[in-house]
Amino acid sequence: MAKTIIEKVWDQHTVTQEEGKPDLLYIDLHLVHEVTSPQAFEGLRMNGRSLRRPDLTFATMDHNIPTEDRRTITDRIAKKQIDVLVKNCEEFGVELADLDSPSNGIVHIIGPELGLTQPGKTIVCGDSHTSTHGAFGALAFGIGTSEVEHVMATQTLWQSRPKTMEVVIDGRLNSGVSAKDIILALIAKYGVNFGTGHVVEYRGEAIRGLTMEERMTICNMSIEGGARAGLISPDQVTFDYLKGRENVPKGDEYEQKVKEWKALATDDGATFDETLTLSADEVKPMVTWGTNPGQGIAIDGVVPSPADAKSDAERRAIEQSLAYMGLTPGTKMEDVEIQHVFLGSCTNARISDLREAARYIKGKKVKPDVRASSYLVACK
Amino acid sequence: MEKFTTHKGNTAALPFVNIDTDQIIPKQFLKRVERSGFGQFLFYNWRFLDDESPNPDFALNHSSAEGATILLADENFGCGSSREHAAWALQDYGFRVVIAPSFGDIFYNNSFKNGLLPIRIESEQVREWLKASEHTSFDLLINLDDQYIEDPSGKRHSFDIDSYWKNMMVHGLDEIGLTLQYVNDIREYEAKKQPL
Repeated sequence: MAKTIIEKVWDQHTVTQEEGKPDLLYIDLHLVHEVTSPQAFEGLRMNGRSLRRPDLTFATMDHNIPTEDRRTITDRIAKKQIDVLVKNCEEFGVELADLDSPSNGIVHIIGPELGLTQPGKTIVCGDSHTSTHGAFGALAFGIGTSEVEHVMATQTLWQSRPKTMEVVIDGRLNSGVSAKDIILALIAKYGVNFGTGHVVEYRGEAIRGLTMEERMTICNMSIEGGARAGLISPDQVTFDYLKGRENVPKGDEYEQKVKEWKALATDDGATFDETLTLSADEVKPMVTWGTNPGQGIAIDGVVPSPADAKSDAERRAIEQSLAYMGLTPGTKMEDVEIQHVFLGSCTNARISDLREAARYIKGKKVKPDVRASSYLVACK
Repeated sequence: MEKFTTHKGNTAALPFVNIDTDQIIPKQFLKRVERSGFGQFLFYNWRFLDDESPNPDFALNHSSAEGATILLADENFGCGSSREHAAWALQDYGFRVVIAPSFGDIFYNNSFKNGLLPIRIESEQVREWLKASEHTSFDLLINLDDQYIEDPSGKRHSFDIDSYWKNMMVHGLDEIGLTLQYVNDIREYEAKKQPL
């Protein structure tokens, strides 16, 4: 029977299955950071439990690192969370990319860079944007502190089988349109809840044409569309990205892996519970005028008015966002002054994003009343 | 975790609807690295006055609520943010049971995961107990095995609970303990398939 990649990965990781209960799902990679892990480590200690698979666990500190001077952490508790992570990793034998490591960085960026993220893996982390890793054809999702502890102790999670959704994006992207525009256009079209209860596979001609970095940006924001996870079937672009990376097998073993990875792609004729479509030709550069990712419009659009709202709740949401942003309905987005430029979130802070930004700002200066910040990893 | 079969204790009454998790444990106390120790901040903004002295008007500070291990509240207790700290704080303070007509979904599940028993009882009955508990000490006996609550007059009131959660509480298992009953399946899986 033809299967989706979602079903294939799920079935390969089911440890036990009982009628009327969630499945017990095996976890191949647990990414750990300083904010959601301390109470989980403490829970293990309080119950005299060990960490089942330190070899499948990888830690870094990323949430509490200041943007500008990464060595000076003035928030005492933020500092303490970092210190405690170092201690916990020592005690439980977890590999840690600490502040001195050249691998240190945003967990969803270094996982792929180090080749820890691979097709067909189940990957979890105590952070909602874990869906980023789905770009490689991994099933990756965010979990809470109790679940972090559960994975540490058992390397498994109880999960009910998700519904499947395909988002088919055909056509070709216009120049100046990037991956983030695609996902913002999708959320603007179908709302911040389009993926609720589903694992989404992004498919179609436009997706196949994207680099791995661009695919990660799309999968990263699956969460902003309400999905449990988002992924893309692996292809040659995926295999080429992974080849030669630190944690990826070499030589014959790599060739063997590629065979396995190829077999993961969704079969022709496989069916999904839901299908959404978007034409890439229609996507323009997007901006958000409000405070949630559903409040996005094309750059040539105008700030909407509460009078356009379809419901009372939406009208109130528009009013609140406009008040917070200090925007007036009808203003052209192109006329809105830029005050801050930030480059460095887990959605868009890969080296390719920094190069792209550099291409635009080369030979130019930051306007005096604009604040621009980013931290470039000097040792790279 | 401690096994829960029967429990008798004093009650504390919070006769309010929609007590959310930010009232249970205000957000300024979330940045800790421990799971324990949240009890001192439980209901902080209600329990303490601006000068940090105990608020004499707040139920937990009444002498009738001294040593209370059972919390009574009205509809939709524990709604709002998903923070697990709310269950940690109630338990750390000394509560073992929360009785209300209804609960916030995530809080309800988080309670079981942390050994705190939430019991749904119809609102008329809860309001009667809330009144009885407000100014005098008022004990209830909870029998989880047989799923009833006995009031001081000896009258028994039955309650429903999902068998999955009941099994976990009665045997003193936390969710990890339950999963570890499957450790042979996990080992077998690991032996069969080396993760990619």
